[in-house]
Amino acid sequence: MIKTIDELNAVKEKSAEVVKTRIEGVDNGVRDVLVCGGTGCTSSGSANIIKKLEEELEKNGLTDKVNVIKTGCFGLCALGPIMIVYPEGTFYSKMEVDHIPEIVESHLKNGVPVKKYLYAETVDGDNIKSLNETAFYAKQHRVALRNCGVISPEHVEEYIARDGYQALYKVLTTMSPDDVINTMIASGLRGRGGGGFPTGLKWKFAKASVNEQKYVCCNADEGDPGAFMDRSVLEGDPHSVIEAMAIAGYAIGANQGYIYVRAEYPVAIERLEIAIKQAEEIGMLGDDIFGTGFSFRLGLRLGAGAFVCGEETALMTSIEGNRGEPRPRPPFPAVKGLFGKPTILNNVETYANVCQIILNGPEWFAAMGTEKSKGTKVFALGGKIHNTGLVEVPMGTTLREVIEEIGGGIPNGKKFKAAQTGGPSGGCIPPQYLDIPIDYDNLISIGSMMGSGGLIVMDEDNCMVDIAKFFLDFTVDESCGKCTPCRIGTKRLYEILTKITQGKATMEDLDKMEKLCYYIKENALCGLGQTAPNPVLSTLRYFKDEYIAHVKDKRCPAGVCKDLLQIRIDPEKCKGCSLCSKKCPVGAISGEIRSPFTIDQSKCIKCGVCMSNCKFGAISKA
Amino acid sequence: MVNIKINGIECSVPEGSTILEAARLAGIRIPTLCYLKDINAIGACRICVVEVKGARSLVAACVYPVNEGMEIFTNTPKVINSRRTTLELILSNHKKECLSCVRSGNCELQALCNEYGVEENFYEGENPAVEIDDSAVHMSRDNSKCILCRRCVAACSVTQGIGVIGANERGFATQIASAFDMPLADTACVSCGQCITACPTGALTEKDDTQKVLDAIADPDKFVVVQAAPAVRASLGEAFGLPIGTNVEGKMIAAMRRLGFDKVFDTNFSADLTIMEEAAEFIDRVQNGGKLPMITSCSPGWIRYCENYFPDFIPNLSTCKSPQQMFGSVLKTYYAQKMGINPDNIVSVSVMPCTAKKYEIGRDDQSAAGVPDLDISITTRELARMIKKAGIMFNDLPDEVCDSPLGTGTGAAVIFGATGGVMEAALRTAVWTLTGKPDSTPIEFKEVRGVEGIKEATYNVNGMDVKVAIASGLANAKALLKKVRAGEADYQFIEIMACPGGCVNGGGQVIQPGYVRNFTDIRAERAKVLYGLDEANTMRCSHENPDIQTLYKEFLGEPNSHKAHDILHTSYKARPDLYR
Amino acid sequence: MAFKKSAVPFAGTAEQKERLMAVIAEHKDDKGALMPILQKAQEIYGYLPIEVQQMIADAMEISLEKVYGVVTFYAQFSINPKGKYKISVCLGTACYVKGSGDIYNKLMEKLGISGGEITPDGKFSLDACRCIGACGLAPVLTVNEDVYGRLTVDDVDKILEKYN
Repeated sequence: MIKTIDELNAVKEKSAEVVKTRIEGVDNGVRDVLVCGGTGCTSSGSANIIKKLEEELEKNGLTDKVNVIKTGCFGLCALGPIMIVYPEGTFYSKMEVDHIPEIVESHLKNGVPVKKYLYAETVDGDNIKSLNETAFYAKQHRVALRNCGVISPEHVEEYIARDGYQALYKVLTTMSPDDVINTMIASGLRGRGGGGFPTGLKWKFAKASVNEQKYVCCNADEGDPGAFMDRSVLEGDPHSVIEAMAIAGYAIGANQGYIYVRAEYPVAIERLEIAIKQAEEIGMLGDDIFGTGFSFRLGLRLGAGAFVCGEETALMTSIEGNRGEPRPRPPFPAVKGLFGKPTILNNVETYANVCQIILNGPEWFAAMGTEKSKGTKVFALGGKIHNTGLVEVPMGTTLREVIEEIGGGIPNGKKFKAAQTGGPSGGCIPPQYLDIPIDYDNLISIGSMMGSGGLIVMDEDNCMVDIAKFFLDFTVDESCGKCTPCRIGTKRLYEILTKITQGKATMEDLDKMEKLCYYIKENALCGLGQTAPNPVLSTLRYFKDEYIAHVKDKRCPAGVCKDLLQIRIDPEKCKGCSLCSKKCPVGAISGEIRSPFTIDQSKCIKCGVCMSNCKFGAISKA
Repeated sequence: MVNIKINGIECSVPEGSTILEAARLAGIRIPTLCYLKDINAIGACRICVVEVKGARSLVAACVYPVNEGMEIFTNTPKVINSRRTTLELILSNHKKECLSCVRSGNCELQALCNEYGVEENFYEGENPAVEIDDSAVHMSRDNSKCILCRRCVAACSVTQGIGVIGANERGFATQIASAFDMPLADTACVSCGQCITACPTGALTEKDDTQKVLDAIADPDKFVVVQAAPAVRASLGEAFGLPIGTNVEGKMIAAMRRLGFDKVFDTNFSADLTIMEEAAEFIDRVQNGGKLPMITSCSPGWIRYCENYFPDFIPNLSTCKSPQQMFGSVLKTYYAQKMGINPDNIVSVSVMPCTAKKYEIGRDDQSAAGVPDLDISITTRELARMIKKAGIMFNDLPDEVCDSPLGTGTGAAVIFGATGGVMEAALRTAVWTLTGKPDSTPIEFKEVRGVEGIKEATYNVNGMDVKVAIASGLANAKALLKKVRAGEADYQFIEIMACPGGCVNGGGQVIQPGYVRNFTDIRAERAKVLYGLDEANTMRCSHENPDIQTLYKEFLGEPNSHKAHDILHTSYKARPDLYR
Repeated sequence: MAFKKSAVPFAGTAEQKERLMAVIAEHKDDKGALMPILQKAQEIYGYLPIEVQQMIADAMEISLEKVYGVVTFYAQFSINPKGKYKISVCLGTACYVKGSGDIYNKLMEKLGISGGEITPDGKFSLDACRCIGACGLAPVLTVNEDVYGRLTVDDVDKILEKYN
């Protein structure tokens, strides 16, 4: 049990030694090998890497000389499994079990890094760069992710070594609840879950509600398909969220918190369970924290696969044990939230900033970012981009910097077409806005939104109508069904989009669709419904020509919409070998040997078998 | 009070009002579909949207509270277009057989579509295939007409505390149904019909048995007798445009006679008979250490609820049949004998404010003459339908009186239709019996009147304190019974009615749309009719009914006699095999 | 309405019931206990048939319909048994733009079932899921705990073979 600052500092000093090698690059004769244990790397087999590593170290008698640490996400998921060796900071990517013996022998035993397994960008002739010097990391600024990939999330001492629980101590012993709230307001921190509501204000409203019982909730129901920022924080640095929730509890006068986390995140759940238990054991959760009389407990609640539960009132309804249907607001949760009591709800990334703001001061935080959007933002980069993964950049960084510099651009020499932010609530940003500084207000002004931070890059092979349809399919599937505009409106919207992708729509349908979009935005009960039309509206705004091509020319310019595709044989290239006609499952191809073959479009089912079998590249779809 | 502006007009409304309520005070009706006062404020249908100055989007008037200085616009093009689109979307997923739908003319969706001039097929698309659930004897559900307002769900789970129906699945696939889409008949549904009167459209309807009645009347070999429950006369007029709270007893009798029934009698007669038996049973239980508290048994919805959910209270139930069934028993035994009619040829029809009565007629142990006491039970709504179809100009009918002898009723009988009425009627006769002094009988027991869900009173009768309680609405009954079960209350006599407010607000009554129910307490308005009839009656106590006296003299002997037991009492059993 | 009771006879054991009752006893007085209880119940039985839901409803003194309404709201609860091998294809945005839809279709074709269904031999069940967070490996599918990433349509056969 830690009851005083001296006791906390004693743990800090002791464990600071442990993390010194990684943090400061101090060579004390012992190497730290950090292996990413985030979901991405776990999926690509990092657990086996660790196992093999431990075996080899044992075999070589190196267990005293090398510490193997399973960390949270480093961010560069595309290169997983990832392994970093300190004090050098050398970066091994796409690790395979077979590489281990050589690395142990050469690097960990004899001090010679195995260049061929290093991330290519870090190898510059004889010079080996550390990870922080790569393009991927150089532009990043890690606040929320500061401990991810650095500490072992399953050891609270390592968190304490990184100033863990110092902020809670500071708050409980030197600040009044109003001080805490004013600090949050002064920092300019806005909700990272998507809406961007000022966090300090939210806390202020909840504090102002008089009630014996209040609640602090954490939204870890990260449902945007293609976003995994929150998961990474929970997997890599769970205590930063726990500490921040306790601080929030103190600020608003709550002694109970709930973390609502997606059941699809088993690794995050396990780490949270461990972290909560450890925090209870050392007295950072429970009764009379730091002997101040402040008590705070945390419960974990698992979602069960409903995107709408990311909406605050739906999340609370779900914690209460009901269908996760949103409630009308007002009353706002700050007045009447979970179990009818005043409640604040913030998302994981928001909480991950809180302790740093307390420790470094609101001015430090407010110095980062743009006028109205302070601090940094974590993005999950995905789609058609080299460096898929997690990046944290100051607000105001341009999309171009994120995509081209950090993300390494688009693979296969394809052309950038759009970046999708905000998930099903957001929109597609066209090339002309690549240089716009990313912040809440700019994204809204161009018809998208910050959302929780998914950033999916699309290239010329993606059809924007199809993308809009994809998101509407998602919304229709995830609509709770309570209000008419969302339940029926999004369904009808989806059906119109389907008509368009089938070449059956008219220009009147486009008009009808647009009007329906605006109706849904104005009339839906909750944020999910109100933002559901955004993917349609933003693509209509920037890629109307693609819609028109589908409607008027019955053509999908990107060659995605199957019903509009035609597979054709280029008579110039066709040698008349007949292989395609033999492979065609429906007998749609015919011709005479050694003269160009043709496809009967009425029979063709567009399966593409002919294309993949043609040896002369004569068959293409358009 | 807060000061607001609605459509530019300043007004001052009570703090805490919703925009819907405030607008109503300012003389503006904002349309509603999903909203039902007290039980369903969920802001789901979005038909009540209005513009509020400064708000990001339109807001739902039914749930949005007013605040000082608020400026509200209920009638802008944006509001009107939005409402029209909402209706058009609902219609795109609605079976549009409005010409023949039983709710045509009384459908809230239809009325709004008409007001807003919607284009019926503006949106088209997939409609989920649904099967009609007509498994239950009292009602059927056609989800292709359901607009998912969830008023029925609120009626079932909030008002009645039962919850055998609810929203299943999600999104476009959402359906109101029972668990696992099981037939309603497999559930512990109590047949109260509160879901039907809550439904704004034709998705939930009573089983229409009017054709059976017409067939019987047309059969020359059948002697067709009708009785009408007290509460019917307090609501039937609404179906013919008369104000809520109009007494149409005389016209109702005239109309039934014109429909061709051989005899038009009155359930009031058997309500008096019920009191004779129930008061005697109560006194017997009190004096001979019988099971207390005794609980009334007139409401078949309540009986089903007790059997399905509180079987441990079955011994507390009065063994008296309900007035409907007592009427049938007496009709097919005493009356048949007296008139020399073969009971097999009698068709016993009842008009009830109730859908559970359709279930009750098929219960076991309800065949005093060896044939079912009752053959057909129709609701107030079905009677109105028959009258209209027969071309009877209801409002122009003269007032007529019932046939004799099963047509006489006292003031005590007619108040059966309001919550507390059975209790008051029983007390009138019990006090008379115990004191033996008719002059000292206090006629009115006003403490047991009124629409509150749970009422309590203590009366000193002949030196003994009698503690009584009255509950209406099954959620209230549940709360009361839990108290009794926990030993927190020691009542001797409890009246329970399944429907809130009693039979006047029964599941078979004329359906009033949400916008009426939200601003008028139809329970109180209809109850006034019954208390007025009570006051106007020269006979205020059941034991004063001369035809009842004759019945005992000629046929039954004493109340609670062996013969009375055989004919007028019944039995109950737990039903563990139903899904709860 | 068609009664959606599972065609597979309920084969719950006394031991399973004991575990379920223990879970309910542990959580019963917690606020909002229904979801955690359902999650544990699904762990115990593998799915949530009517028999299990009725036990939960009775023990918690709520209606069966209330339980069923919650179960059918959330994608992770299943009223039908799952296959020995649960195949789950990620249709999150990152996977979708990299072609996971085609992989899903191919699986449906190979297994002869639609999403949410189970093969007649009880071996495979197929579901689509939203982002599992392995976007770096897109497109991704999982078979029970195994994750397969950077897939093409041609990988489907190989993966299925592993479990045959």
